[in-house]
Amino acid sequence: MNFNATLIGQSITFIFFVWFCMKFVWPPIMNALETRKKQIADGLAAADRGKHELELAAKKAGDNMRDAKAQAAEVIAQAEKRAAQIIEEAKVAAKEEGDRQLAAAQANIAQETNRARESLREQVAGLAVAGAEKILRREVNAQTHADLLGQLKAEL
Amino acid sequence: MATESHSSGEYIKHHLQNLTYGQLPDGTWGFAHGAAEAKSMGFWAINVDSMLFSIGLGLLFLLLFRMAAKKATTGTPSGLQNFVEWIIEFIDGSVRGSFSHQNAMVAPLALTVFMWVFLMNLMDLFPVDWFPYAATLSGVPHLKIVPSTDPNVTFGLSLSIFFLVLYYSVKMKGAGGFFSELAFQPFPKFLFPVNLLLEGVGLIAKPISLALRLFGNMYAGEMIFILIALMFGGGWVLAVFGGALQWAWAVFHILIITLQAFIFMTLTIVYLDMAHAEHH
Repeated sequence: MNFNATLIGQSITFIFFVWFCMKFVWPPIMNALETRKKQIADGLAAADRGKHELELAAKKAGDNMRDAKAQAAEVIAQAEKRAAQIIEEAKVAAKEEGDRQLAAAQANIAQETNRARESLREQVAGLAVAGAEKILRREVNAQTHADLLGQLKAEL
Repeated sequence: MATESHSSGEYIKHHLQNLTYGQLPDGTWGFAHGAAEAKSMGFWAINVDSMLFSIGLGLLFLLLFRMAAKKATTGTPSGLQNFVEWIIEFIDGSVRGSFSHQNAMVAPLALTVFMWVFLMNLMDLFPVDWFPYAATLSGVPHLKIVPSTDPNVTFGLSLSIFFLVLYYSVKMKGAGGFFSELAFQPFPKFLFPVNLLLEGVGLIAKPISLALRLFGNMYAGEMIFILIALMFGGGWVLAVFGGALQWAWAVFHILIITLQAFIFMTLTIVYLDMAHAEHH
């Protein structure tokens, strides 16, 4: 072992290497490592948060669904009730209309009957007067017996 | 027989000699040829191979990590970034586990120590003859490619860390606080010379043990590779056996080089933590 100036050269080299490493190598890599560690932690926290939010959203969606179902059932029930009501009303209206038309037809029929009876009576009276005139032509003056004839006509 | 053992000795010596540049005995400057010449150069010589390979490997580490740092995204990391992040998280975990104070320098320091020592140790896995042979062919007399088998390199690291320990000890505790930690424990105050001796030895032992542990492990590992490589010259039976041994030792060595880099880093963190700790 003989020592020489290599000792000094080696020390200077070592100090320079340490300085370089401390200045240009260690900090950037350590920085990257720390930043990545933080990013990963943030990412995990975000994932947790997302999961939690998903649970909340699922719960909310379930609630909404239940509400909507209840509402729909209510609407259907109302609609059914309304439909029944409308049918009921329509039935009543149809019955009224039928009654009314029936009454009108009956009134018509009665009128027609009356009219036919009236004309029949006139014709019978005319026939009777004509018959009586033929019988009484010679003895009876139409003028003198006019009121008698009228009376007869009214009686028939 | 005598020539063979002589050449084996030469071979081992050749492999253990750094490429040293300094003042030659005749007064000119140049590369040393052999251990004696390198020794005669004294302190003002430099192991060119250690410096080149250690700086090259350090730059490789910084370049690789700087590339990853530049492109670092917070999104899905690519292959290189993934690898770099894996190492950085490992270092960061080690620092958090052993260092309980606030200091932005410790973690990058630990990363540099770990990666640099690991890469320097990794050179041990190249077959011992490749690089020296190629160097000899191109006219370079010696080439040791594992910088951590050079005590200059390991002590360069450990002494730098030792000075950091001294600096933070004084900075965090004050000169008086640091002195009282050395002088007034573990025994009562009136025995302070004994305390000072004990604690002083303990303090000095830190950088020396740190450097020698790494150096010793790597040097011994390299030595075993060289001894195995010697078997390749002893007939094909020995050569095949040597090949199997080299493979087995290399596999085991992967554990050693990683472990030594990790121990060096961990002890660096622990020593700096102790420097920051208030005296209890």
